[in-house]
Amino acid sequence: MDQKQYIIRQISIFSENRPGRLAAIAYALEEEKVNIFAFSIAEASGFGVVRALVDHPDRAYTRLTGLGFNVAFTEVIAVAMRDEPGGLYDIATLLGDAGINIEYSYAYSGRDGAVLIIRVDRVDQAIEAILAGKKELLQAKAFS
Amino acid sequence: MKWDPRIEEMPVEEQKRHQYRLLKTLVCRLYAFSPFYRDRMKEAKVHPDDLRSLADVQKLPCMFKRDLRDNYPDGLFTASQEELVRYHVSSGTTGKPTVVGYTAPDLDHWTTSLARGLSSCGLGRGDVIQVSYGYGLFTGGLGLHYGAERIGATVLPSSVGNTERQIELMQDLHSTAIACTPSYLLHMGEVAEKMGVSIKDDTDLKVGILGAEPWSERMRDHMQQWLGIRAYNIYGTSELSGPMFTDCTEQQGIHIWSDLALIEVLDPETGEALPSGEKGELTITMLQKEALPMIRYRIGDITSMDESICACGRTHPRIDRIQGRVDDMLIIRGINVFPSQIEHALLSIPEVGQHFMIIVDRKNNLDTLLLQVELQSGAFSDKINDLMAIRRKVEYRLKNALNVAAEVELVEPGSLPRFEGKSKRVIDRRVL
Repeated sequence: MDQKQYIIRQISIFSENRPGRLAAIAYALEEEKVNIFAFSIAEASGFGVVRALVDHPDRAYTRLTGLGFNVAFTEVIAVAMRDEPGGLYDIATLLGDAGINIEYSYAYSGRDGAVLIIRVDRVDQAIEAILAGKKELLQAKAFS
Repeated sequence: MKWDPRIEEMPVEEQKRHQYRLLKTLVCRLYAFSPFYRDRMKEAKVHPDDLRSLADVQKLPCMFKRDLRDNYPDGLFTASQEELVRYHVSSGTTGKPTVVGYTAPDLDHWTTSLARGLSSCGLGRGDVIQVSYGYGLFTGGLGLHYGAERIGATVLPSSVGNTERQIELMQDLHSTAIACTPSYLLHMGEVAEKMGVSIKDDTDLKVGILGAEPWSERMRDHMQQWLGIRAYNIYGTSELSGPMFTDCTEQQGIHIWSDLALIEVLDPETGEALPSGEKGELTITMLQKEALPMIRYRIGDITSMDESICACGRTHPRIDRIQGRVDDMLIIRGINVFPSQIEHALLSIPEVGQHFMIIVDRKNNLDTLLLQVELQSGAFSDKINDLMAIRRKVEYRLKNALNVAAEVELVEPGSLPRFEGKSKRVIDRRVL
């Protein structure tokens, strides 16, 4: 099975924790006509990491690094979730039972239902466990 | 009370004759036995024979902090290790600290100087002196400790920190004097109030011996009123031995004992000697030090000299409180910090660039040091933990290099100001 198709490139951006930084990032993406599917901000004291799934990660990367931002790519997976009580439980249980740790996660609810984006320590085993649990993984091409 | 009236009230002319004899003896000894001083004097084309009066001190070449750094650790010592009874270590400008060695007579002169000073602040037998300067490599704790014991006072060697316990001990053991940084005493006053203790009404404290950092007359007035004490200034640096010289009860300047130190105030640009009353760089020749004599040492502190005779009857020259620095040295919680030390420490941390800004502030009367550094692009991973680890690493390296805790803030690359020519990397928000 080709698991690569399920591995999605997320962009992560280092940002100081002060007014206007998110706007600067969003403006750059708008100018590049890059659409954001989902994003989250992780906050530590004094700085944050903005994480986003976008339709053109390379374009976003080039533009943001050109502006001086620290940008990194990270591999994540996206799982389709039932958009009703228990949807998150299904997936969290699958991973927990397989002994896979979730480093971080965020979610969005789109036209085609709810999606859980997760960063795990062992991505191949996570994909296996989710597919074995008859859950649907979104393919990377769905985000381009 | 005067500890040694014969010396302290010595007529000025006699002092100068005495100083000339000490200076000539010192210079002859160094010329004969120390390659460093002999080379320096040859470079300056001056020979001990050229010293024919006290004023001829101006012919001698000056020494700077960099001389200590270049000769780290003990290249300037004029005593062998077996003759030393103590080391102290303080900040250097880059990488290497400054090491000071002491022979037994060196410690004795240091202690004598403080015995005179503490006596001139009205302290003596019967007093309980709480020494809340740091004990250890820093000169403050042990220096005051020995000085206070010499005058027959009872020493409470409480060192720094654990403020609530210090206040309890101050009450229970009836401390009559405290030696610490002025900002720490202010902090103590506030902590005491939170504990429901008024230092003015609920303790026996009557004297503060305050130094190791700049402070002001405004702070003196405030502390005297609020804490019900007399607040005295103490001055010294490790190169001189440590804290050595104090105000007297007149509070009209710091008495510099002329049998121990010959002071000049120089124009920091030209090196010309300035007349009494004019502000310039304090320059000291230590007349009786054995292990690490200092000849015309440019301390970097800005002050002025007053040669008039003090109302207390002491005839030795006085200096005003320190008005600033000729360089960019900072004093953080009593510890000297040079921006060049920070620059040097950052060289070994590739995760952050070499651009930095230092923001100094005072919160609850304690100095805070915030260092902003730029996260390098190669060092960024998506993980918060990795970023926190970089920050902890920088904090750890700085603590080791500076002996003062600094908070580190990671900022975006390119966001800190760039300087052409002289950089201004320090923002000091403290109000004295």
